[in-house]
Amino acid sequence: MNLKLRIWRQSGPHAAGRFVEYQAPGISPDASFLEMLDVVNERLIENGEVPIAFDHDCREGICGSCGLMINGVAHGPDPGTATCQLHMRRFKDGDIITIEPWRARAFPVIRDLVVDRSAFDRIMQAGGFVSANTGSAPDGNAIPIPKDAVEQAMDAAQCIGCGACVAACPNGSASLFTGAKITHLGLLPQGQPERERRALGMVLQMDAEGFGGCTLFGECQDACPKQISIETISRMNRDFLRAMLTLRPASTGAAGAG
Amino acid sequence: MDLNSRTPSGPIQQKWDRHRFELKLVNPANKRKYSVIVVGSGLAGGSAAATLSELGYQVKCFCFQDSPRRAHSIAAQGGINAAKNYQNDGDSIWRLFYDTVKGGDFRAREANVYRLAQISVNIIDQCVAQGVPFAREYGGLLANRSFGGAQVSRTFYARGQTGQQLLLGAYQALEKEIARGGVVMFARTEMLDLIVINGRARGIVARDMVTGKVQSHVADAVVLATGGYGNVFYLSTNAKGSNATAIWRAHKRGALFGNPCYTQIHPTCIPVSGEYQSKLTLMSESLRNDGRVWVSKQRGDQRPPDQIPDADRDYYLERKYPSFGNLAPRDIASRAAQEVCDDGRGVGPNGLGVFLDFADAIKRLGEERIRERYGNLFEMYQRITDENPYRVPMRIFPAVHYTMGGLWVDYDLMSTIPGLFVIGEANFSDHGANRLGASALMQGLADGYFIVPYTIGDYLAGAKLEKVGVDHAEVIGTEGIVNERVLRLLAVHGRRTVDSFHRELGKLMWDKCGMARSAEGLREAIQLIPALRDEFWQNVNVPGSDAELNQALEKAGRVADFLELGELMCRDALHREESCGGHFRVEYQTDEGEAKRDDERFAYVAAWEWRGDGAEPCLNREPLTFENVQLATRSYK
Repeated sequence: MNLKLRIWRQSGPHAAGRFVEYQAPGISPDASFLEMLDVVNERLIENGEVPIAFDHDCREGICGSCGLMINGVAHGPDPGTATCQLHMRRFKDGDIITIEPWRARAFPVIRDLVVDRSAFDRIMQAGGFVSANTGSAPDGNAIPIPKDAVEQAMDAAQCIGCGACVAACPNGSASLFTGAKITHLGLLPQGQPERERRALGMVLQMDAEGFGGCTLFGECQDACPKQISIETISRMNRDFLRAMLTLRPASTGAAGAG
Repeated sequence: MDLNSRTPSGPIQQKWDRHRFELKLVNPANKRKYSVIVVGSGLAGGSAAATLSELGYQVKCFCFQDSPRRAHSIAAQGGINAAKNYQNDGDSIWRLFYDTVKGGDFRAREANVYRLAQISVNIIDQCVAQGVPFAREYGGLLANRSFGGAQVSRTFYARGQTGQQLLLGAYQALEKEIARGGVVMFARTEMLDLIVINGRARGIVARDMVTGKVQSHVADAVVLATGGYGNVFYLSTNAKGSNATAIWRAHKRGALFGNPCYTQIHPTCIPVSGEYQSKLTLMSESLRNDGRVWVSKQRGDQRPPDQIPDADRDYYLERKYPSFGNLAPRDIASRAAQEVCDDGRGVGPNGLGVFLDFADAIKRLGEERIRERYGNLFEMYQRITDENPYRVPMRIFPAVHYTMGGLWVDYDLMSTIPGLFVIGEANFSDHGANRLGASALMQGLADGYFIVPYTIGDYLAGAKLEKVGVDHAEVIGTEGIVNERVLRLLAVHGRRTVDSFHRELGKLMWDKCGMARSAEGLREAIQLIPALRDEFWQNVNVPGSDAELNQALEKAGRVADFLELGELMCRDALHREESCGGHFRVEYQTDEGEAKRDDERFAYVAAWEWRGDGAEPCLNREPLTFENVQLATRSYK
């Protein structure tokens, strides 16, 4: 198939960016979206031009590195699919495809389609963990965990930290990302001792990073490649409220804004 | 070079416990005076960095991705082994130890493997404590499933995403330590050389991948946890960024490379679909718990699978290996697949594939149960091939997946450069010539949580380390070498892209140093690779400059290193005149086509020493003695 691409190019974080049009002829329908970009890049290099920079690594939808707005939809048209898992058979000959980086104040552009998502790591630093130093653990079967709780925790734990939720949200909120981790750990007995601290710390950090608030659009859930539910946001809100009612402000443990 | 594994004496069951008592300790109040660099943030690196920081050391951790959570450990699907014997089916530390040594085709160091089996139980406990959501039974206790090469059910899993969940456990611990100030994290930063001062590893030279700035970092010890070198084949199940640069640079500074030719080809990956293919996707070995592998009994059978009756099907793994059947170890299953394809009975558009069929399992357990066990894997398959594995059999084919070889380390996981520790897939130890499924995750975490934090203390307490700063002559010198090399790559202005060289190297390696190797093919490769390497340095085209984010430049450096490592792998494969595990030499096979080992001549670790550009590497041997496991022909019949 022959495609026309409109791709965001930006040479650096402070440079003005713009859309550039590229032709992509002779693309196989079995190729993945990123393989299509690889082909475009090879041709650019052969023509003495600078290739398009984009984040990617595993190419199997699990590392969370890749993330492109494709025709205005985070990770493209297929549900439960990361950019690297999208295949060109979803498009047809003659299609025009607009490709942009994640757009959010808290994800500044580094170059072309590469953005800075370190805000996510800082949210994790504010409480997305269980404090269990190596060597101190009891036997794995010491605390039985109801199968349902584990399945729900696993549903939330599947988050790959790609940021599509932020990119899809009209408010640029990171609530699905934050809610997913709060839910995962909050459903397990191991997460109970720090449950309030975690919610308070992570939500305050999320706010400090400049993400927007949640007004229940639900776009995040639809964009999420792991189909995480917005129920995780309800849980986050509930744990945050509990924390606000039970903890004193000094004990938040929130890290500074990035 | 004299290779001393420094394995402790005494009965194997007690070696590690006694050793831990004998290792020197660093007083808790003194630990904060020592700094450690950890390169790589996957299972081994992340767990090591977090644990060392918890102990009180000052840690700097480096990864080339944008966040430590992106390490390729994340993609491991199937599970992690541990000798808990929760299933009451006869498992024990001894059995896990035995299965792993046998699975490695008797080419691993016994003491290391026993320790791995011993520590496996602690790993599960640690992960559960961190909130890793392992699958559980209705009673709330941990569930298990079986994996290749074992007749007990000892694998713990979290749906088809065990790697991700274990990595998140380590990543979360790492983030906790970063918040606490014990670890300084350098993401989007790539190690480009090792700093050696007075014979000891004292730091790294790294490049900031956003600004291009090259910077040195000094420390009292360096830990490499940079993964495997499967991408030397270009097409592998590795992530695109996975590379050997850190260990290769260390190798050229004096760290011996152990068994580079031991590469693992995983039997169940999605077949190649075209020229543009950028990597191969793994279908977890756990699928072989319920799927049945088959091809038609007839050559060139074009009938769609649902029209091939059972009588015409060759369930070749069940036929050849009745007691392990579809769970035969990876090297054996891969070669068997290649054999039937060579016989003209392969499936799929290019005849390079075999069926992995779930029809019987779906009939027996119902589609819901199968979805529960493998849901995400089936979805992954459907996305890539546009075929529905609930209705038609999956098509699979072997692909490069893991590298048992790596930098040589002693019992303390220290390389031949004092102060340089190597952990996880980056080192050579524990798996011998073939790794069993669900054991890579086990090894990475064992090394990072429970071994190197102890052994590094012994090194630090015993070494007299002078203070070094980034203005030390050796540091400046190493930085200069790195800068010169980066500029050299950019200055060639040739006609071929980096990827085109990488693809050509990959094809050469797959053809000559892949599943079936021959003296003739390897000798040819040893001629062709240096020629390709020369062409690279004369004709590669790397666009852009070094003072910016430049992905082509990043790739160029890695491919330049693969062009050297590939040659070493072929030399190692040529010298090892036997077949064992993942190393199969067509000249050394039984009448039935199974691997034929030569224990008299080759029961050793081949540890190669770099002798300079253009010089042949020097072979050192670490003899392997098996006092506890009887050397036997490895049979899974």
